[in-house]
Amino acid sequence: MTRISVKVDGTTYEDEVEPRLLLVHHLRDRLGLTGTPVGCDTSNCGACTVDLDGVSVKSCSVLAVQADGCAVTTVQGLSTDGEWTGLQKAFHERHALQCGYCTPGMLMAARDLLKENPRPTADEVRHALEGNLCRCTGYQNIVRAVLAAASDEEVRT
Amino acid sequence: MTEGAVEAEVGRARLRKEDARLLTGQTNWTDNIQAAGMLHLAILRSPMAHARLERVDVSPARELPGVVAAFTGSDLAEGMGSLPCAWPVTEDMVHPDHPPLAVDEVRHAGDPVAVVVARDRYAAADALEAVEVEYEPLPAVLDLEAALAEDAPLVHADKGTNRCYDWPLRAGEDYAAVRERAEVVLKRRYHQQRLIANAMEPRAVVVTPLAASGEYTVYSATQIPHILRVMLAMVTGIPEHKLRVVAPDVGGGFGSKLQVYGEEAIALAVARRLGRPVKWTESRSEGYLATHHGRGMIQDVEIAADRDGRLRGLKVDLLADMGAYLMLVTPGVPILGAFMYPAIYKMDSYEFRCTGVFTTRTPTDAYRGAGRPEATYAIERIMDELAAELGMDPVELRRRNWIRHEEFPYDSIAGLTYDSGNYEAATDKALALFGYDELREEQRKRDERGDTVRLGIGVSTYTEMCGLAPSRVLRDLRYAAGGWEAASIRMLPTGKVEVVTGTSPHGQGHVTSWSQIAADVLGVPFEDVEVVHGDTRAAPQGMDTYGSRSLVVGGAAVHHAARKVVDKARKVAAHLLEASERDLEFTGGVFSVKGSPEARKTIQEVAFEAFTSHDLPDGMEPTINAGHVLDPENFSYPHGTHLCAVEVDTETGMTRIRSYVCVDDVGRVVNPMIVEGQVHGGLAQGIAQALYEEAVYDDDGNLLSGTMADYLVPSAVDLPDFVTDRTETPAESNPLGVKGVGEAGTIASTPAVVGAVVDALRPLGVTDVPMPCTPERVWRAIHGEEDPA
Repeated sequence: MTRISVKVDGTTYEDEVEPRLLLVHHLRDRLGLTGTPVGCDTSNCGACTVDLDGVSVKSCSVLAVQADGCAVTTVQGLSTDGEWTGLQKAFHERHALQCGYCTPGMLMAARDLLKENPRPTADEVRHALEGNLCRCTGYQNIVRAVLAAASDEEVRT
Repeated sequence: MTEGAVEAEVGRARLRKEDARLLTGQTNWTDNIQAAGMLHLAILRSPMAHARLERVDVSPARELPGVVAAFTGSDLAEGMGSLPCAWPVTEDMVHPDHPPLAVDEVRHAGDPVAVVVARDRYAAADALEAVEVEYEPLPAVLDLEAALAEDAPLVHADKGTNRCYDWPLRAGEDYAAVRERAEVVLKRRYHQQRLIANAMEPRAVVVTPLAASGEYTVYSATQIPHILRVMLAMVTGIPEHKLRVVAPDVGGGFGSKLQVYGEEAIALAVARRLGRPVKWTESRSEGYLATHHGRGMIQDVEIAADRDGRLRGLKVDLLADMGAYLMLVTPGVPILGAFMYPAIYKMDSYEFRCTGVFTTRTPTDAYRGAGRPEATYAIERIMDELAAELGMDPVELRRRNWIRHEEFPYDSIAGLTYDSGNYEAATDKALALFGYDELREEQRKRDERGDTVRLGIGVSTYTEMCGLAPSRVLRDLRYAAGGWEAASIRMLPTGKVEVVTGTSPHGQGHVTSWSQIAADVLGVPFEDVEVVHGDTRAAPQGMDTYGSRSLVVGGAAVHHAARKVVDKARKVAAHLLEASERDLEFTGGVFSVKGSPEARKTIQEVAFEAFTSHDLPDGMEPTINAGHVLDPENFSYPHGTHLCAVEVDTETGMTRIRSYVCVDDVGRVVNPMIVEGQVHGGLAQGIAQALYEEAVYDDDGNLLSGTMADYLVPSAVDLPDFVTDRTETPAESNPLGVKGVGEAGTIASTPAVVGAVVDALRPLGVTDVPMPCTPERVWRAIHGEEDPA
């Protein structure tokens, strides 16, 4: 067992973990932060995408011990005082989610894109989200939502 | 509340009530559920397609730290029945046993062999490694035609045959005679590849037992909590009233969660045995083997016509891959398609036969559209072939044969009564949006200049039968359950409203749409309505969600229940206002006396009066709550016209969708935003069948496309923007005029895309590209090479 300290959505958690424990299972099973779901076992679907020290990662492909000393932001840490981010609002207003299972990962991946590229084209959005699969929407409304969030001057992420 | 102009909720693009939780991670997926003392299950699965189990020894697994128990199929056999098939399509259908955990023999890669129970999911995964199994290999059965040969190896030796059933349908004139007279006869063979649904949420089940009273709560990522409850009671012998089934948040289904799965029965059995809560969650790769597949058919289609394009007859012979076992509606899926091959066309004769065949592959069952996409594909593709044979524009050929709008209601040759439709209107609108003539002109020019990137245009003028279903029709089809749906409405004392529905949404937005329907009838604010679903204790009566039925049957039931509430409230209001019911008007949630508008009672006030019951009419039952169970009189028949333009690079075989236009007629629309979303998602799945997806097996019956890295679920870069529009011909069979939209996009799009690919290549002598039209297959088709698959 290894002792780790990970700050998740603003709260620091110290735990003893098996070295093989995946970050996503640490979040879900140990910390009870179930907002981040698991959609596959080959890192194809991106549902488990989180922000790790400013970098977008698939939390099924990171060991919890690798996150020791890091700050993690999940979908549960996006809104502040109940106020949604521009992306969350845009996803709602553009009907960019149906079952919602891919949504946490989509939001986190889109947030990462807009940090890198605040004014993406539709094609750039599609390529940036290539690692996040959605089975419900056909992606069109997700692309619309990300573009809408990008054009919002007030809250870009 | 203001009187007068009240904005109708039905028809508004209301933003979804469901979104807030989903956007902030406050979800309740089954795998999220924790319970004190909960144990984790893991299931050992056969690596072989077909083998006798010589020895299964779970005792080494039991010795491992953290492992609480481990069971073989024999260990759990007591009190465990066969998994159910609710659709014995013929009287003499061969129906093999399907133990949730294999006992003597495994019949597909992934068939469960043993279950281990441990403190956490990692320990459970470790324990699988310790289970010892000796397999004695048996021959794999994979080829549908070879499987029917006299000396073929058998999937179920005790049954003596791999033939599950033969199901015929004959309608109209004798086909042989019609064929004899016809001027043109074309025959084609199409392959419906196997598909994997890939709902983004993998399956999961949690069972919490209350040992002292023998009660069990089953949480499952299912589309069908109500059907599951009945079936689990039958499989396990646990009395139905001691079982509660909950579908918490469910992350997509597409038919794959319309099932009673072995893992649900196993989890229940283990929880019962150990008296502890248990959880099982499939990994994605495990799901590829263990969650039922869709499609899997060989279609021999023959069409007979006159030289002027008039259809005379259609003959369809199907071989349908059942897989290793019959699951909930496995045999019925092709039968749902049987009625749709004639589609929107008039003809003199129709002959259909389906043979179900057992193979040593994962069982097939419903996948978005279930039988109807296959039918639509075959008829639309052969219509294109006929058009090419006759030198006629494919749209013109369809126009010459379809049912004209003034001919509705129309009795189709397959025996359905199409209540409404307007194929002309949808097609004209689609052609204009698409720029059909301009694209044909561009195609001609590019062809003339020998462009290596060829333009192709595909069309699909589909219809479908959905809104499952009139119970009497289901009886005639030998389906074991009814097709009704239940709704009830509780008017709360404070004027708020609870709608209880028997549908079980998993992404479709029922909470929002049902709120709109109820708000309109009751005249209450949209925000004041809550919708309760997916829990057999809270919503005790239901037939669940599949077959584009939820709005057509369940939404209409909400409408009827709300009307009953208003009828009861009217009696109370009339009593309180000392007026006759006949003299009351009801608008915007307010009862008022005609001619004296100051005499008024809101429906909320009436709800409170019903709560106190201090001053109700004599003899009135003290409630204005009401329920309704609706059994539809007919199916509904969405239709539309889809047009696809592709560019096919003849040097690489790569296909790119250049434009996609669809005009769907799904009747009246409750929420246009949600409807558009359903169409988008449906298109994505239909296009995926056309271009990307296939569950591939090798000659030994191993699933080669066994992970999400090997099976191409399209991403945002693989799909185009869609142009969607609608015509609106209300359904006659329900008061809302709705037809259902869940499957339309999937049913329509596959032939439009493949038709476009073939259209691009037809001048090169290509008449078919097998699905999915990968670059390799396109290239082989161009070069006249046989497809190795």
